[in-house]
Amino acid sequence: MRLQILDKGHSFGTKALFALIRTVSRQPVLDVIKLGKYRPDFYGAPMSEVTQEAMRGPSPWSVADREFMAAFVAKTNQCEFCIKAHSAVADLAYGGEKDVAVLMCDPSLNGIGEPLRATMLMIRKLTKEHAVDADDMRAVLAAGASAQQIEDALAVCFSFNIIGRLADSFSFSVPSPEGFGAGAKYLLARGYR
Amino acid sequence: MSNIEHAREALLRRILEGHGNASPSDRRAAFDNSGLGESLCQLVDKVARNPRGIADEDIDRARQSGLSEDQIFEIVVCAAIGQATRQYDSAKAALESARGN
Repeated sequence: MRLQILDKGHSFGTKALFALIRTVSRQPVLDVIKLGKYRPDFYGAPMSEVTQEAMRGPSPWSVADREFMAAFVAKTNQCEFCIKAHSAVADLAYGGEKDVAVLMCDPSLNGIGEPLRATMLMIRKLTKEHAVDADDMRAVLAAGASAQQIEDALAVCFSFNIIGRLADSFSFSVPSPEGFGAGAKYLLARGYR
Repeated sequence: MSNIEHAREALLRRILEGHGNASPSDRRAAFDNSGLGESLCQLVDKVARNPRGIADEDIDRARQSGLSEDQIFEIVVCAAIGQATRQYDSAKAALESARGN
């Protein structure tokens, strides 16, 4: 990572936790975890509350759909770490129902049913152009999304437009498929806290 | 239904108003992507609008201007959250407008 404090500046207790993670998972500690655990009162702890609510709070979207949205925001931002991390969680959560990597290759997302497709097209525009207008929202509502579904998708978009920016700014290492696999199992079982 | 508002407000309060190594005015300027000095404006604008384009040199330039790593950490976090907040606020206003018509 570009800042040494994010690699090696953690408290003794956190370093001990990282050693435990490495032993149990047999994988390096992911940079996203190192970031969240560095001075957690400033960023990691309050951000985890936002992300946990967005990704695991009650919602008409399934956990798998929200992880798919996270991966899609990452793809729009071309954030390799987040694409791989959240595609892995979404694939695990869908249990074979959808192949996220394949679906995301189609720019029009034709393999996805409504209203998820229209919602994802809106969050792509929001991520790419930094704004959407009332006509964009009318299109999503007309495709059958409820206002609550749109708000919940915006919550996912908010979280991952932050995390992706930080991944690129601090230059997160991209781990092996096994590393992402271990991370995906953890995120699906335990969430973001 | 999920509702991030309470947690989101707490996050913004913490990064902008809580204790930090960077000054509150620098954290606010990074969040707003506006009003920063030369040493930081390029880095902050890249975090907001082109994070893929950030290079080691951008971070090095901030270091060479006298900022500590803790200050750079806080500035970058504020810049990322500020941009996501502008996107989020734009979309919430658009949804409200769409539902009102």
